[in-house]
Amino acid sequence: MSFFFAAMKRDLLLAFRYRNDIVNPLAFFLMVAVLFPLGVSPEAKFLAQVAPGVIWVAALLASLLSVDSIFRTDFDDGSLEQMLVSPQPLVLLVLAKVFSHWLISGFCLALMSPLLAMMLFLPSQGLFALVISLLLGTPTLSLIGAIGAGLTVGLRKGGILISLLVLPLYIPVLIFGAGTVQAGTMGMPIGGYLALLSAVLVVCMMLAPFAIVAALKISVRG
Amino acid sequence: MLEVKNLYCERDERVLFNGLCFSISAGEVLQIEGQNGSGKTTLLRILCGLSAGFEGEIFWQNQPVDDVREDFHHAMLYVGHLAGVKAALTPEENLQWMMRLSPSLNKLSIYQALEKVGLYGFEDVPCHTLSAGQQRRVGLARLYLSSAPLWILDEPFTALDKKGVAEKEALIAQHVHEGGAVILTTHHDLAIPDKTVRNINLDAGVSQ
Repeated sequence: MSFFFAAMKRDLLLAFRYRNDIVNPLAFFLMVAVLFPLGVSPEAKFLAQVAPGVIWVAALLASLLSVDSIFRTDFDDGSLEQMLVSPQPLVLLVLAKVFSHWLISGFCLALMSPLLAMMLFLPSQGLFALVISLLLGTPTLSLIGAIGAGLTVGLRKGGILISLLVLPLYIPVLIFGAGTVQAGTMGMPIGGYLALLSAVLVVCMMLAPFAIVAALKISVRG
Repeated sequence: MLEVKNLYCERDERVLFNGLCFSISAGEVLQIEGQNGSGKTTLLRILCGLSAGFEGEIFWQNQPVDDVREDFHHAMLYVGHLAGVKAALTPEENLQWMMRLSPSLNKLSIYQALEKVGLYGFEDVPCHTLSAGQQRRVGLARLYLSSAPLWILDEPFTALDKKGVAEKEALIAQHVHEGGAVILTTHHDLAIPDKTVRNINLDAGVSQ
């Protein structure tokens, strides 16, 4: 377990040294909320109606934007090779890396989402549903995204390929996530949606680390 | 220690080596030679388990390496072309992480190792401000820390100055003298007592 925290500490330290990795997804997230009303319609009633979907799509794309970097620098400077020849459990290491990635992307997006909700006139009774659905949904996005990142890390330009690989798998999370917020704004119970999001998260947490390790081995061994 | 039988590998429809057999035991240095592109790095990566796409068998302590993968990784130190040094971290943070990753890096403290590679006083500056040779030294500080019996080193002397090369040679000689084994690729003539060094030339494709 102390190895897990050591790996997390290293990744968080690296993220704070290269602040771009933290700021980029958040800036992207905010820009969508700023530009969307300008491009479509600034009318409050209309915006309130589309806000759940827009915020969730923006969070999903922001997460996708940052997931490519999760193994990239480790691959480029040889750290990934050292991880693969280490006797430490790789699954734990990978889980630590994904968790730190979530802390600097998904977690921050969830914390920032009330601001976007206000900009898009989301009814205040939907706020809780929005934050909790993002907190439960974005870790799944990081886990699935990391499989794609692992598979494409050996390619010079994996950016587009990773979207193609990962986006179809993001769709169920998007549907349940946006559904939670939709239900929340209408004052309906959200327990069922949250249970589904949690179930997807638990399954991904159990299976994705093994898939990520296998993907990394394929990428490095060629 | 390590034994390789009938290794065959091809890249891009070019046979790199065929029927390669060799073994290394404690107290030996195995120097792998060959032209650029002759497969030296590929061979080392295959030995470490970092490259698939080969045929043949590799044994560690007389057991197939796949069966004893974890023991093997405990007993092995690999320093590749890429140093595995994070530019944004300081030498001290880099070594702390490397020691976490490989528990066999426990011979000295971080400060002692940094002093040995001549980076004393640089322990808390980010590595991207160091020169290429100094970054290489951060990676090679692992040699001083390592108590692993088998070292696999890919071009360990690149970017080092003459004094650095001499120090590393002395370190390799000492490691071998203490019962370790070293497999390395280099174009440089090693200043290590002859009887411990054996060569494999990949241009010929056969072991000697």
